[in-house]
Amino acid sequence: MIERTKMPELEAEIRSHNFEEVALGFNIKQVKIEASRCLDCKNPRCVTACPVNIDIPRFIKLILEDKYEDAYCTIYQDNILPAVCGRVCPQEKQCEGACVLGIKYESISIGALERFLGDYSLKNNFLKNEIIEENNNKVAIIGSGPAGLACAASIRRMGYHVDVYEALHEFGGVLKYGIPEFRLPKTIVDTEIYRLENLGIKFYKNVIIGKTLTIEQLFNEYNYKAIFIGSGAGLPSSLGIKGENLNGVYYANEFLTRVNLMKANNFPHSNTPVKIGETVAVVGGGNVAMDAARTAKRLGAKKVYVVYRRNMESLPARLEEIHHAIEEGIEFRLLLNPVEIIGEAYEIKKVRCQVMVLGDKDASGRQKPVPTDNYEEFDIDNLIIAIGQSPNPIIKKSTPDLKVDDWGRIVVNDYQTSIPGVFAGGDIVTGAATVILAMGAGKEAAIRMDKYIKTL
Amino acid sequence: MYKILDKVELNKDVDLMVIEAPLVAKNTKPGNFVIIRVDNMGERIPLTIVESDANSITIISQKIGYSTKMLGKKNIGDSLEDVVGPLGVPAHIKPVETLVAVAGGVGAAPLYPQVKAYFDQGTKIDLIIGASNKEHLILIDKFKDIVENIYICTDDGSMGEKGFVTKVLERLLNEKSYELAIAIGPLIMMKNVVNLNKNYKLKTDVSLNPIMIDGTGMCGNCRVSIGGKTFFACVDGPDFPGEEIDFDELMERQKYYKHEEHICNLMLGEKK
Ligand SMILES: Cc1cc2nc3c(=O)[nH]c(=O)nc-3n(C[C@H](O)[C@H](O)[C@H](O)COP(=O)(O)OP(=O)(O)OC[C@H]3O[C@@H](n4cnc5c(N)ncnc54)[C@H](O)[C@@H]3O)c2cc1C
Ligand SMILES: Cc1cc2nc3c(=O)[nH]c(=O)nc-3n(C[C@H](O)[C@H](O)[C@H](O)COP(=O)(O)OP(=O)(O)OC[C@H]3O[C@@H](n4cnc5c(N)ncnc54)[C@H](O)[C@@H]3O)c2cc1C
Ligand code: SF4
Ligand code: FES
Repeated sequence: MIERTKMPELEAEIRSHNFEEVALGFNIKQVKIEASRCLDCKNPRCVTACPVNIDIPRFIKLILEDKYEDAYCTIYQDNILPAVCGRVCPQEKQCEGACVLGIKYESISIGALERFLGDYSLKNNFLKNEIIEENNNKVAIIGSGPAGLACAASIRRMGYHVDVYEALHEFGGVLKYGIPEFRLPKTIVDTEIYRLENLGIKFYKNVIIGKTLTIEQLFNEYNYKAIFIGSGAGLPSSLGIKGENLNGVYYANEFLTRVNLMKANNFPHSNTPVKIGETVAVVGGGNVAMDAARTAKRLGAKKVYVVYRRNMESLPARLEEIHHAIEEGIEFRLLLNPVEIIGEAYEIKKVRCQVMVLGDKDASGRQKPVPTDNYEEFDIDNLIIAIGQSPNPIIKKSTPDLKVDDWGRIVVNDYQTSIPGVFAGGDIVTGAATVILAMGAGKEAAIRMDKYIKTL
Repeated sequence: MYKILDKVELNKDVDLMVIEAPLVAKNTKPGNFVIIRVDNMGERIPLTIVESDANSITIISQKIGYSTKMLGKKNIGDSLEDVVGPLGVPAHIKPVETLVAVAGGVGAAPLYPQVKAYFDQGTKIDLIIGASNKEHLILIDKFKDIVENIYICTDDGSMGEKGFVTKVLERLLNEKSYELAIAIGPLIMMKNVVNLNKNYKLKTDVSLNPIMIDGTGMCGNCRVSIGGKTFFACVDGPDFPGEEIDFDELMERQKYYKHEEHICNLMLGEKK
C-alpha cells in the first residue's frame, strides 16, 4: 500500500512569525498519487460520513482521468465552497474518519483533494455560465456566513431574486472574522463570494436585521416571499469568574475580529490596534482556542498556553490544528479550570486555576473533569476566553413571535421557524457547530423555501 | 457609500455632518448610535445619531484622535466607507415632569436627542452645559428652544460661570428638586454627577462610551461592570442608570490602547 501523501507545510519556526497560509496544498503529482490510493468502494463509507454526501469516489476517479473540471463540479453540486471546506472541515471525524483504508492503513486525504480542486477551479476560473430561469419572486437571506451563502446559491439556482443582508462591512461570517488568514486566506473567501455575485445574488453590507430593518419590514415593505435566517452564533460565552473585565482579558471573538476582520496585524497601516504581551493564556480547547493561541504567537507572544479542563485526547479542535499548534510551540496546560483572574490597577497580572482530574464519562462520551482541592497560579499578560459562542439575540428581540429555546437557538421544524415564511439554519439553530453543517442546513432550507413559496 | 450632504464646523475641534443613510434614518430613535468607517483601512467608531430625517442622519464628532480627525478631513460630497445602525437600545424616556440634564463637552451632542424627547412629552428641563471654554460650547441655540433654564459654565470662565458642571448642579439641587437627572459627557464628569446626585437621592441616567468594534454584541469589547454584573454597552445600552456603574474600571478600559492611539496620531503628521 502506498503511504498517505503528506501535505507540504511552511516550517513551524518561520510560519509562527507571519500570517501566511500554513498548509501549502498538493501539486498535481501529489494529487494523482493520493487519488490512486482510493479503492472506489461499492458502498463508500466516506460518502455516508460526509454531512452533505459528496460523491467522493466519483470525484477521485475523475481526478485520475484528468477530468478536473468534472471532478470539481461533482463536489460543487453538493458543496459550493470546496476551497474553504477542504481547508477547515474536521475530516478526521467525517469522511476521512470513515474511510475504509483507515482501518488497516491510513485514510485517503480527502480534504486535501477537495482543496486542490477548489483552488484549481478558482485559478482556472472553471465555473460555467449557468442559465437561470427567473421566476420573479424575491427571497431575503440574513447573514452571509456559510449557512446564508449556501442557501443563497441553492435558491438562486431555482430562479429566485436573492438579496443577502449582512451586519458587518464584509461578507463571509466566521470565515472572515473568526478563522485566521494562515488557515483560510481571505482572498479565497472573497473569490468564492464573488462567484455568487456572478450568479446574480445581490449582497448588502451594513444591514442588521432587527435594527436597520425588521423581519416585518422585509415582508411588508420589501415583499419578500420567504426569509432565511443564518445569523450564526456570535455571542461570546463568559467564564463567569472574577476579573473578566480587567484590561488584557479578551473574548476570542474580539481578539480574532481585531486581527482578521480589522487586520490589526497590519497596524498602523490598518487603523485598528491589537495588543498582546509576552505571556498569553487561552482558555478553551476547540478550533477557536487554537486559532486564538496561534494568532497570539504570530503577534509576538513569547509564551502561549492553552488552558483546558480536560486532557489532550478530549480537545474538540481539528486534529491538524492541534498538531500545528504543538509544532508552533503552543504549550498545553491541561486539567486546569480558571477560577479567578487576578489584576492590579485594573490590569491583568495572573490567573488562578483549579486542578481537575478525570471522572466518569458524561453525555458526550468524554470523561468529566472533576475539581480537586489543588490550585495553580501563573503570571500572564493576556487571557483570551475561547469557551464557546451562543446565538446573537438581536433578531429575536425585534421579532417577538420568533420562538427560541433556552439557549437562544431558533426553534425549527424542518427548517421552518415559528413564523410562516421564515426559515433558519446553521449555528443560529444548532449552536456553534461547523462550516459544512451550516452549509448543509442552508442548502436544505432552500428546498423548503421553494416548496413553501409554491404553496402561496 | 454614504455621502456627506452637509458639514458645519461647530468649533475647531468639533464638526457636524449630515450623512445620507436612508435605511439607518428610517428606524432611528433617540439614544441610537451608528458605527462608521471613514475608509477601507479605517477603524469602526461609534457616534451618536443627533438628528435624523427620511434620508439622512446628523452626527457631531469631536476630533480627538486618528479616526475622528480622518473623518474631519472629509467634506461635503465625499463619502464614508461604512455606516451601520441604528445601534443600541433607544433611550428610555421616563414619564417625569421635571428633569435636570447635564452636558459635558461634546456630550451635548448625544444628550440633545434625549432632551428633545423629554421636551416633546412635556417635561420641564433645566440644562447645565459645560465645556473647557467658550469656543467648545455647542448646540446652545438648539437647546434654548427646548429647555426652561440653561446654565452655562466653562473651565476657564470665558463664558458663563467659571468651574465644573457639578458646581452649578450642587447649587441647583440645594435650591430645587427634580424627578430625574441625565448626564452625558466625559466618564469622570458622569461619575461625579452620579455621586453628587446620590447625596440628594436623585437618580441619574448616563450614556456610556466604551471602545467598540462590531456594535452588535459579538465581540464583548464594550463590556462594562454594573452592580457586579457584566453588560455589553452596544446592545444593552449605551444608556444605563448611573448608580452602580464601575466608572473607574471603564476609565481604565478606555485607556487600554493609549500607546497605539499615539502611534496613529504620529501617522497623521506624516499624512498631511
Ligand atoms: C475562530 C473560529 C474557528 C472555527 N474553525 C472551524 C473549522 O476549522 N472548521 C469548521 O467546520 N468550523 C469552524 N468554526 C465554526 C464555523 O465557522 C461555524 O460553525 C460556521 O461559520 C457557522 O456558519 P453560519 O452561517 O451559521 O454562521 P456565521 O458564520 O456566524 O455567519 C453569520 C453571519 O450573519 C451575520 N449576522 C448576524 N446577525 C445578523 C443580523 N441581525 N442581520 C444581518 N446579519 C447578521 C453575522 O455578521 C455573520 O456574518 C470556527 C468558528 C470560529 C469562531
Ligand atoms: C455609543 C457611543 C456614542 C458616541 N457618540 C459620540 C458622539 O456623538 N460624538 C463624539 O465626538 N464621540 C462620540 N463617541 C466617542 C467616539 O466614538 C470616540 O471619540 C472615537 O471612537 C475616537 O476615535 P479616534 O480614533 O478619533 O480617537 P483615538 O485617539 O483612537 O481614541 C481616543 C479615545 O476614544 C476612545 N475610542 C477609541 N477608539 C474607539 C472605538 N472604536 N470605539 C469607542 N471609543 C473609542 C478611547 O477611549 C480613546 O481613549 C461615542 C462613543 C460611543 C461608545
Ligand atoms: S472510503 Fe476511502 S477508499 Fe473507499 S471510496 Fe471513500 S475515500 Fe475511497
Ligand atoms: S461592540 Fe462588540 S460587543 Fe459591543
